[in-house]
Amino acid sequence: MRKLTNRIYIGLVFLFLYIPIFVLIANSFNASKSRTVWTGFTFDWYVKLFHNETILGSLLNTLIIALVASVAATLLGTLAAIGIYNMKKVTRTIVMNISYLPIINPEIVTGVSLMLLFVAMKIELGYVTLILAHITFCVPYVILNVLPKLRQMDRNLYEAALDLGCTPTLAFRKVVIPEIMPGIMTGFLMSITYSIDDFVISYFTHGATSQTLPITIFSMTRRKVSPEVNALSAILFVVILAIMIIMNVSEMRKLPEDQRRRAAKAAKKGGRA
Amino acid sequence: MDKNKIIELKGIFKEYNGEQVLKGIDLDIHDKEFVTFLGPSGCGKTTTLRIIGGFVTPDSGDVLFNGRRVNDVPPYKRAVNTVFQKYALFPHLNVYENVAFGLRLKKEKESVIAAKVAEMLDLVNLRGFEKRSVSLLSGGQQQRVAIARALCNEPKVLLLDEPLGALDLQLRKEMQIELKKIQQRLEITFIYVTHDQEEALTMSDTVVVMNGGVIQQIGTPQDIYNEPVNAFVAKFIGESNILPGIMHEDYKVEFAGDNFECVDKGFRHLEPVDVVIRPEDITICPPSDKVINGLVESVLFKGVHYEIMVRAYSDLWKIHSTKAPEVGSVVGIDFTPEDIHIMRKMESSEDYAALEHLNEQRAGTGEEAGTVE
Ligand SMILES: Nc1ncnc2c1ncn2[C@@H]1O[C@H](COP(=O)(O)OP(=O)(O)OP(=O)(O)O)[C@@H](O)[C@H]1O
Ligand SMILES: [Mg+2]
Repeated sequence: MRKLTNRIYIGLVFLFLYIPIFVLIANSFNASKSRTVWTGFTFDWYVKLFHNETILGSLLNTLIIALVASVAATLLGTLAAIGIYNMKKVTRTIVMNISYLPIINPEIVTGVSLMLLFVAMKIELGYVTLILAHITFCVPYVILNVLPKLRQMDRNLYEAALDLGCTPTLAFRKVVIPEIMPGIMTGFLMSITYSIDDFVISYFTHGATSQTLPITIFSMTRRKVSPEVNALSAILFVVILAIMIIMNVSEMRKLPEDQRRRAAKAAKKGGRA
Repeated sequence: MDKNKIIELKGIFKEYNGEQVLKGIDLDIHDKEFVTFLGPSGCGKTTTLRIIGGFVTPDSGDVLFNGRRVNDVPPYKRAVNTVFQKYALFPHLNVYENVAFGLRLKKEKESVIAAKVAEMLDLVNLRGFEKRSVSLLSGGQQQRVAIARALCNEPKVLLLDEPLGALDLQLRKEMQIELKKIQQRLEITFIYVTHDQEEALTMSDTVVVMNGGVIQQIGTPQDIYNEPVNAFVAKFIGESNILPGIMHEDYKVEFAGDNFECVDKGFRHLEPVDVVIRPEDITICPPSDKVINGLVESVLFKGVHYEIMVRAYSDLWKIHSTKAPEVGSVVGIDFTPEDIHIMRKMESSEDYAALEHLNEQRAGTGEEAGTVE
């Protein structure tokens, strides 16, 4: 009985979470422009979408910015994580809290303050500022993912590499990097998702020619919601979903065989109980 | 044995956060020797080993390799390799690549590497495991990979930090024998850290007993066991009866309320000493006025022998014997002058103070006076 109630409850939660998205996806195939009447199935909106220069242009912007910012954030974040890992306890706590600030800070505050900073420094708002802004909020996610991997790593591994003849740099490349690679990858993928996703901070730091997709959609909806936006959102949803699945599957792969078996067994037991 | 000194430690001091961890370590290690650092947890064994490996720089003192000072030589340039306590195998590499790691760094030819890895895996009985992932190996197998990996570089000296610590008793015994065989076959120096005295005694050519950052005694296993220099070593190396005594003159000592003949000399008149008698050196005989008499308090079967506790006055004696007297009976405690080991009191040592304190406490509560395991 209790179990049934639980299931219904979880079902309802998921329903409320995902219904809007399914309505949107359904609407992207709706022949009518109306959002309330279903007049037939069509791919028209997708076709139109791929002929809309503004949307395609901003999609390209979004992807380039996401890629550049994520690569830079991953490099910086990984180095930062290693630095933090090697700090004394007190310094470490302080530095970590400071680096997480961009996550905790309301986005609008980060956005406005970045804009003010760029203006004060006389950097023209555009690609550069967008990329800098995105790097700023992506770095903490990389740190957040790499640091636990460093902590899990046996400290002796690095020493073992030195012992076998590696110079410190080589030991780092051959042993430490492979060990923390899963964390780096997760950090990178998270950066990409957050960068594509970001609206508020981009809104304050973009220039006239450097609109990202969320900004373009926003300005389109201000006039009237074109079903093209539905189609675009559906595509974005599927892409993000795919990235999430890849992330989780690769994480599972990384688990040693026996651990995975144990996890599966535990899951089965939990399911039966 | 070849008496060439390969490693010398001279007056090594090391401090961590204001705490002196090593207080003047002086030690010579010879070529092809099996040396064991033995001591209780926290006495500085690992730190000493890490100084030899180059992972820790001493605050003062010198480390010499073949007579050359190497204090500032980094680990990757030293002719030593280490087997780490928790193996520290590279999880992202398989068995073959783990063992080949050092050779790859030296840019050896693939054929050379293959031959050497095969030889090493043969040595540690892991032929056929090349392609296995190291995280799927058992503890004993991982240990073997770690040994093969370290030996692949053909070090002059192999450092082993409690390499068998994580294995069960059966496997430990097997690996002890194998390690000893490997060392004799390769004819290289092993520096081995353990806190298991039995392991130290069975495997080593030389045992270095440490306590509180100070070397207590250096000697062959026989020396250490038969002639411990102080009560700490005696206590650490095996079960002992340690009793307070007074040296009256050469070859004459008073303890347990009586005067005894002994084989030690060179003490001051009426110098307080520790008297150590091993449980297996004592024989149980019928009570008489020629020996100490006591009441059998307990008899415990230990497999090879019985462990018999006998109370005589306030002292509780531990005796090992193959025959079991009856509990509650009165027996004689007999030993020869050769079985009596006289030791100077170690005034300055903190641990000795602790030992004393323990003895006093036991005496005070009428418990095991002077008997320490
Ligand atoms: N990196 C370090 N920082 C601070 N203190 C340390 C460090 N390494 C060792 N110590 C301290 O030095 C002392 C000796 O440590 P060491 O590891 O040499 O002991 P050990 O004899 O190997 O003990 P065990 O048998 O438990 O391994 C300990 O009190 C330990 O806390
Ligand atoms: Mg240790």
